[in-house]
Amino acid sequence: MEVPEKQMALAVCSGCSIGECIDVEKLISEAEGTTEGITCMKHNALCSEAGLEELFRMSVDNKVSHLAIAACSPRVKGDLFNLEGVYVERINIREQVTWVMEANTEDTQMCAEDQTRMVLAKLGSIGHNTPYIPEQLYSDILVVGGGVSGLSAAMAGADAGYRIHVVEKGKQLGGYTNRLYKLTPSILESCDLQGSNIQDLVLEVQNHPGIEVHLDTTLGSISGEPGNFSVHLANGNDRSLSVGSVVVATGWQPYDTGRLKHLGYGLSKVKTLEEFEEHVQEEKVPDRVLFTLCAGSRDENHLSYCSSYCCSAALKQALYIREKNPDSQVYLVYKDIRTPGFQEEFYKRVQADDAVFLTKGTVDSIVEHGSGIRVSVKESLLEDHFEIETDMVVLATGMVPNSTEDLQLQYRLGKGLPEIEYQFADSHFICFPYETRRTGIYAAGTVRAPMDLESSREDAAGAMMKAIQSIECVKRGEAVHPRAGDQTSPELYMERCTDCKRCTEECPFGSYDETEKGTPLPNPARCRRCGICLGSCPERVIGFSDYSINSISAMIKSVHMPDEFEEKPRVLVFVCENDAYPALDAAGIERLTYSPYVRIIPVRCLGSINKVWISDALSHGYDGILQIGCKPGDDYQCHFIHGSELTEERSENLQETLETMMLEPERIQTKFVEITDHHEIQTIINEYVDELEMIGPNPFKSM
Amino acid sequence: MSKRNPILVIGGGISGITSALELAETGLEVVLIEKEPYLGGNVSRFNNYFPKLCPPACGLEINYRRIRTNPRISYYTGAEVTSISGTEGSFQVELTVKARLINNHCTSCGKCAEVCPVLRSPAPGIEKEQKAAYIPGGLAFPMKYSIDEGVCEKEACGECEKVCEYDAIRLSAQAESIEIQIDSIILATGWRPYDASRIENYSYSSEPDVVTNVEFEHLLAACTKDRQQFTRPSDGKVPNRIAFIQCAGSRDLNHLSYCSAVCCAASLKHALTLAESIPEIESELFFIDLRLSGRNEILLRKAEAASSIQLTKGKVGRIVHNDIEENLILEVEDIMAGTRRMDLFDMVVLATGLEPERIQIPLAVNEFGFYEAIPAPGIFSTATCKRPMDVSSSVKDATGAALKTMKSNGST
Repeated sequence: MEVPEKQMALAVCSGCSIGECIDVEKLISEAEGTTEGITCMKHNALCSEAGLEELFRMSVDNKVSHLAIAACSPRVKGDLFNLEGVYVERINIREQVTWVMEANTEDTQMCAEDQTRMVLAKLGSIGHNTPYIPEQLYSDILVVGGGVSGLSAAMAGADAGYRIHVVEKGKQLGGYTNRLYKLTPSILESCDLQGSNIQDLVLEVQNHPGIEVHLDTTLGSISGEPGNFSVHLANGNDRSLSVGSVVVATGWQPYDTGRLKHLGYGLSKVKTLEEFEEHVQEEKVPDRVLFTLCAGSRDENHLSYCSSYCCSAALKQALYIREKNPDSQVYLVYKDIRTPGFQEEFYKRVQADDAVFLTKGTVDSIVEHGSGIRVSVKESLLEDHFEIETDMVVLATGMVPNSTEDLQLQYRLGKGLPEIEYQFADSHFICFPYETRRTGIYAAGTVRAPMDLESSREDAAGAMMKAIQSIECVKRGEAVHPRAGDQTSPELYMERCTDCKRCTEECPFGSYDETEKGTPLPNPARCRRCGICLGSCPERVIGFSDYSINSISAMIKSVHMPDEFEEKPRVLVFVCENDAYPALDAAGIERLTYSPYVRIIPVRCLGSINKVWISDALSHGYDGILQIGCKPGDDYQCHFIHGSELTEERSENLQETLETMMLEPERIQTKFVEITDHHEIQTIINEYVDELEMIGPNPFKSM
Repeated sequence: MSKRNPILVIGGGISGITSALELAETGLEVVLIEKEPYLGGNVSRFNNYFPKLCPPACGLEINYRRIRTNPRISYYTGAEVTSISGTEGSFQVELTVKARLINNHCTSCGKCAEVCPVLRSPAPGIEKEQKAAYIPGGLAFPMKYSIDEGVCEKEACGECEKVCEYDAIRLSAQAESIEIQIDSIILATGWRPYDASRIENYSYSSEPDVVTNVEFEHLLAACTKDRQQFTRPSDGKVPNRIAFIQCAGSRDLNHLSYCSAVCCAASLKHALTLAESIPEIESELFFIDLRLSGRNEILLRKAEAASSIQLTKGKVGRIVHNDIEENLILEVEDIMAGTRRMDLFDMVVLATGLEPERIQIPLAVNEFGFYEAIPAPGIFSTATCKRPMDVSSSVKDATGAALKTMKSNGST
């Protein structure tokens, strides 16, 4: 494809008091001096109809290919400046210069000019982009697991017109729900138990022309990338499938009963919820049954979390007993009864039964006693300690997710999905529950988080939606969340690669596979465009067309560096575009002033900062470098999982670089903020500049 | 994809935004409408989310960026649905869009607010001394000013119209009506807190220091935003003891008989936020059951470990004013101790439950007034207008609801 010649332009807006704060004419003449052949214009309200008309005319008349707009933040009026076929980059001289720096001073003017030079330098150095679309594209979707989540996902996807393959390792569909006697009512009108309707769903799936079921089948391997995964089936079914995305609904298993001996497990009359579902269908129900809730859940020595389904499951089984044996008595010993939402109605229904006794308490011991069982309970509502004789005990054991290793992903970073706390393949984000770390592969149901049947069905639909979306995004050559719509992807200059494996290890999304030698094998459709690989590469091999070693280096070097006697320090500030950049804008909206010595470069993630930019900046004469990004740690807010964490690790190496250059370690600092920290960010910048002024100028400045 | 009418998402809170984005990023055309002047709904005024105690603005910002850069989403703020006719695949929907006193020419330069002589009425969630021409902070979306019509004197004043350089202010603007053809509809109208004044024994109407959990959230948010000290509403003093009363109106046959599902975690979040920022303040939480599903259990473990937080199983009978010490007397039943006591607190937070928000058009609801999952063919409800649930569950459900609209006429 022929790449048209680059024609650059700059449009400067003098509205919103920009023109009253800086000399726009001078800004333009400086730009004309730096960039050969550039077309420039100014307007007192670029976003007005008149301004836009003039901008479009200028752009068409001059066949502009790359346009810099010096005006407000790119977070404002973005849609107005979309010119077809023109690469547009904004220079934020409103929120991040004129609204936060003193008007009509030499320093503010220099800042606006430098920020403009930086963007022009970037435009000059960026390359042409061809969106990556895999040569072979498939729209079929693989659903792993034939339980209620998997079947619900399959139905939702097939009804939307996608062809679905359900792979189930067992001999029949339905999963755990097959073993259920009855279901907890989900219909409000009636609080009575309902017969299991799982077979209706199984039949729907089996009869759906868009769904193919593979029973008694496991996965041999899954390789490839969104839009083009190769799946090898195993266990007798020696077939291969080509699919575009995957929903993982491999479910759960009850907590290891071997670890519940202290609750009497092993005695013939002590059962789990799962065992009792079968018992009640096959055998006589005894007269007295005691349920121990949270058997292994909400317990630091076992499962620290709440398994969510057990309270209502136990209440349901209490009713089984009452229905089957009218003379029965049922006891429930609980920590808290957790029946959120409309489940409360069902709880009330059970409470209303005079032969069901509920008490808060902790089960102390469960021992055989004559022909029955003696349960001792402490810290109860009734009294400090009491004992009760019963014929049977049911332990409400918790929910443990099945391992996702069975997916057999042929990924450098492992065969299963990455897990967060407690082995659940969940997302760490409250607002983005389907932010998967394996693009195109979405967990659904109890493998993702403990949940009941109704939530599993909802979750299955959500995961299937994302699976469909990832295919449609690949077809357009676009990234999925959070840089949705981004059509660039990493390009590698393999000639210089030394097989150091840093990119393959550090990519949070497992984009890179590896040859035996350790050479990276990129899978661009897995990529989420965070640039962490770019930041990791010591040989500067990796880049995106609009975000590369060269483009950011060009920005860094374009800044006019005053000499050491001018007493005008220069501070390079890398800000993460996700949280720190909006926080800086918010500081601007509130006119929280900060030092005009800063030169701001937005980055996709702190983890994308390459060491060479730091050394470029130091040798160019910047007095200090500040990196501001999202919070790392257990409750991390980094949108690319561990970008901020990597920055912390890499900072240690940077300190060595500073030492070898005989520079003070304080010259490079990393700060973590939340998006609401606009006051904080003002303080961070001002205190850092003050500190640098104490340290004195960078000795490399005049070299 | 075959050419089809856009999907309408009603409600621009976190759930509606999610449904709209998931559809648009999949390739469908979407119209998103919100009755308030800004997107973000309830959570945009919140201080933090449980269990991570992280700011909602962080996820909202990513979503706003996704909306800005997606050509398939259009949105209307200040808009409500006034009629729906037709059938699935080709609904005719009439929207009423409130008078745009400040239109899209606004650059958010702030000149209007500088000259505006009128202040907004103080209320939780409204910044102190905010002008009638206002923007709710630097992360608002869309990034433009609005006018509080409740207090603005419009043409009688006209100061802002005079100074606006961008022809963005028209104080004489009128509401307009828009008709659109719609394929299917997602109801994401969300929730509102239960009216606390109806729980008469808790003296909410007469005691300024008895606040709802939502108001408390707004008070904390204002402190975080402006780095102010936390104080109580009546006299601006820092409270020493705060009581959190769970199930204030929920699980109660006289009020909401269901469990609102989020309040336990929300109150523990509040208590933990206080413990982290102002550990001198003692909190006591009164509950029937502490309901924390799944990973939210960690909130309870953290609260149990915090020395400033006390958890008491029991109900609060009533709240009365203590004239001597200018604080509140609570009649407390401690179930585990088997005792009743009178106790003094400087402030009380009522964990009022959630009720569904609905549109004016009658659609099928359940016995509690929440929408049925599919109230009519081609219309799907999601998240908290369907069932009480927390943010993460809402986002999950909103993503799934998006897929239901794709199924309705077999797209792709």
